[in-house]
Amino acid sequence: MGKANVSAFFRKYTMIIALVLVVIFFSITTEGKILFPQNINNLIAQNAYVFVLATGMLLCILTGGNIDLSVGSVVCFAGAVGAMMMDKGVNIWAAVLTMLIIGILVGMWQGFWIAYVKVPPFIATLAGMYAFRGLSNVVLQGMTVSLKSETFIRVFGGGADCYVPDIFGGEGINMTCMVAGCIVVIILIAMQLKSRINNKSKGYEMAPLGSTVVKLALISAVILWIAYKLASHKGIPTSLIWILLVLLAYGYLTTKTRIGRYLYAVGGNEKATRLSGINTKKVYFLAYVNMGLLAALAGILTIARLTTAQPTYGQGYEMDAIGACFIGGASAYGGIGTVPGVVIGATLMGVINQGMSIMGIDANYQKVVKGLVLLAAVAFDVISKREKK
Amino acid sequence: MAKILLEMKNITKTFPGVKALDNVNLKVEEGEIHALVGENGAGKSTLMNVLSGIYPYGTYEGDIVYNGEVCQFNKIKDSEEKGIVIIHQELALVPYMSIGENMFLGNERGKSAAIDWNETYGEADKYLKMVGLSESSKVLVKDIGTGKQQLVEIAKALAKHAKLLILDEPTSSLNEKDSQALLDLMLKFKKEGMTSIIISHKLNEVAYVADKITVIRDGSTIETMDKHTTEISEDRIIKGMVGREITDRFPKRHDVKIGDVNMEVKNWTVHHPLYPERKVCDNVSIKVRKGEVIGVSGLMGAGRTELAMSIFGQSYGTNISGQLFLDGKEVQLKNVKQAIKNKLAYVTEDRKGNGLVLTNPIKINTTLANLDSISPHKIIDKDKEYQVAEEYRKKLKTKCSTVEQNVGNLSGGNQQKVLLAKWMFADPDVLILDEPTRGIDVGAKYEIYCIINDLVAAGKSVVMISSELPEVLGMSDRIYVMNEGRIAGELSAEEASQEKIMSIIVNSGKGA
Repeated sequence: MGKANVSAFFRKYTMIIALVLVVIFFSITTEGKILFPQNINNLIAQNAYVFVLATGMLLCILTGGNIDLSVGSVVCFAGAVGAMMMDKGVNIWAAVLTMLIIGILVGMWQGFWIAYVKVPPFIATLAGMYAFRGLSNVVLQGMTVSLKSETFIRVFGGGADCYVPDIFGGEGINMTCMVAGCIVVIILIAMQLKSRINNKSKGYEMAPLGSTVVKLALISAVILWIAYKLASHKGIPTSLIWILLVLLAYGYLTTKTRIGRYLYAVGGNEKATRLSGINTKKVYFLAYVNMGLLAALAGILTIARLTTAQPTYGQGYEMDAIGACFIGGASAYGGIGTVPGVVIGATLMGVINQGMSIMGIDANYQKVVKGLVLLAAVAFDVISKREKK
Repeated sequence: MAKILLEMKNITKTFPGVKALDNVNLKVEEGEIHALVGENGAGKSTLMNVLSGIYPYGTYEGDIVYNGEVCQFNKIKDSEEKGIVIIHQELALVPYMSIGENMFLGNERGKSAAIDWNETYGEADKYLKMVGLSESSKVLVKDIGTGKQQLVEIAKALAKHAKLLILDEPTSSLNEKDSQALLDLMLKFKKEGMTSIIISHKLNEVAYVADKITVIRDGSTIETMDKHTTEISEDRIIKGMVGREITDRFPKRHDVKIGDVNMEVKNWTVHHPLYPERKVCDNVSIKVRKGEVIGVSGLMGAGRTELAMSIFGQSYGTNISGQLFLDGKEVQLKNVKQAIKNKLAYVTEDRKGNGLVLTNPIKINTTLANLDSISPHKIIDKDKEYQVAEEYRKKLKTKCSTVEQNVGNLSGGNQQKVLLAKWMFADPDVLILDEPTRGIDVGAKYEIYCIINDLVAAGKSVVMISSELPEVLGMSDRIYVMNEGRIAGELSAEEASQEKIMSIIVNSGKGA
């Protein structure tokens, strides 16, 4: 039994193991610099958009490997409109709301063509990629617009000083951050305990206690370690709050709700889903509406972080998001993929980016490496599935 | 004694955790038709994959002796060069290519840089004539029916100079007429000296065509029967397959009260979705009572599936006209959701394509058509889902490790049970079962019949569409015979027989 179990373990946790190995590799090559609190903080702030976009992209990919190429342009377009509004003195919350609504409208537009007219998603969103890039330029008149609202920048995690204030006033170390880390761990353990008790009382099958404890201990350790690192810098970056909100909401949506179930079903077998009385067109439509919404949110985070809006923002973001999904184990044919997988995929990409930057590797070579990692991840996935047959 | 063309000696093949073949021996004489029978998962296809080199030499133990020499095939090409050609159950034709292009795919005529199209089509026409097809080889494969596609596959095999032809379930998607033609073609080839191996579930066909029958059960050869020395009956074969005698292939229904009309369809006409001028169902009227099983018989393409799907929330066809009454009230079902709400269920003939999400576990498939009932406020109650799936697993005796197992890893019969569970959980009053036992083994069939009996005993109505006449005759209270979109006749269980059904079909065809 040993051998089969070991190989099953590696298959299940390949990407996590890869992530650990990559972190170890960069800790050695950068002499530990990659693990500096400052760098961990940057890793989160700089990749906030990837987490948000990849979560939205996951839903599209689940419906059958459908991707959205327009998200980079939509990020820029929503950001551009918001920046112009704030520049003209519109209330920042009105601007934020407008940006989100624009995202939804863009999603509805593309969702309409994809779901109801049956234009292939690749084409429909390629069209959007051009159109919204052009519109961003039109809105910004080709110029850079600076953001002046401090509140906006702080809330959405931009600039130099965008951390959750330390209400406990710890010295040298951010107590709020540590407390938050501990609370998260406690909640995690409590939830796991509750589910085990529940399973036991109803007599359901349970994962063995040993492996659950080990898993929980490892996850808790990682959370506390990150909390400690962040606490020794300046505390919780606000962008992390947004990332967590999105991840938790969509983690819940994909596993616990009806619409989440439909996304997997449509990607797994569209005809069977339709014959089960489910409106499959609506499922496609909603996946793209949601993608638009999250693209707008990513747009908000992007302009806040850079404190400006430019017509070139968001270029290549779609590829980062798609890459994170596939590295995180989503199937290119749809029906398979999880939010935690996306987290792993996005983190792996982020670590590789940052590690190479710290090492001072030329940006062009960084792209080469990123491409190869994506190829390797998907090839590995395909091969390991084939062996299973 | 004739020469032994093929001998497979002590073949053992293991997959991680499973011994798929255990010391299998098979001897095939030159010029005979040898049938391989066994329940699903018994190892028939695995054995043929070993023979054809899909599982290369070295991944199994044992020897293949072909034409007097020990063979070591590493890929399909190797075995084909020796004249061993396998035709798989799922047809491997490219729909948007012509017959000729398909026939020589991977075996092109002419030079590699310059295909000789004249030779391609000329040769193709020659082989098509040999299998009795009159189509031009320039016709696209998508434009001919499944029966003819199967013949194209055989012609393709002939073009590879096959000496040993292996047919895996060749008639599983063919109607009675095309099946008969195919079997006769096999007999014709036999006269010309061809050796064939046929894998089939349809025992009447096996008994008709085979000289020898080898039974495989649980990965081992059980016995080989020779038609010329022993009497072979279907019951005899079944006994070998299941290891016991099935005294009655169709369970009896006891004291099921037949009640009021539950569903009635009047003057139902459906047009083809792509060619609206074509009527697929023409003025069909049928009814089914509570506690009644009606059989719908007919040839492939008679419009049975189309009728069922058009009733089921218009999921097929355009310009649908006619009236539908459920429990005495006329209803208009515009989509599947409304159909389910009105307590109608359609269990598809194509469980993998239209029925199940193979990448999802049993529990998710079980609840998919009635997710609302376990998800108050749109949030799924996973406890309840598990309980429901568990309940149906026990009720239908689905064989699986847990209900968390992916449906794609189950055998055909167990997949069919999951599909039935899904629709039973949707709580319908009328179930339309389309080919409910297609491609599943004898034991699982019997269990499906028992489930049908339980359903009608609970006062539900079952409409069973089936191409297998014994099944229709064995299970139905009443039988409708469909042909070319019309109801060609109606028979009660007492008066129905295979001959009567076939004669209704033949006669209605003449009249048109």
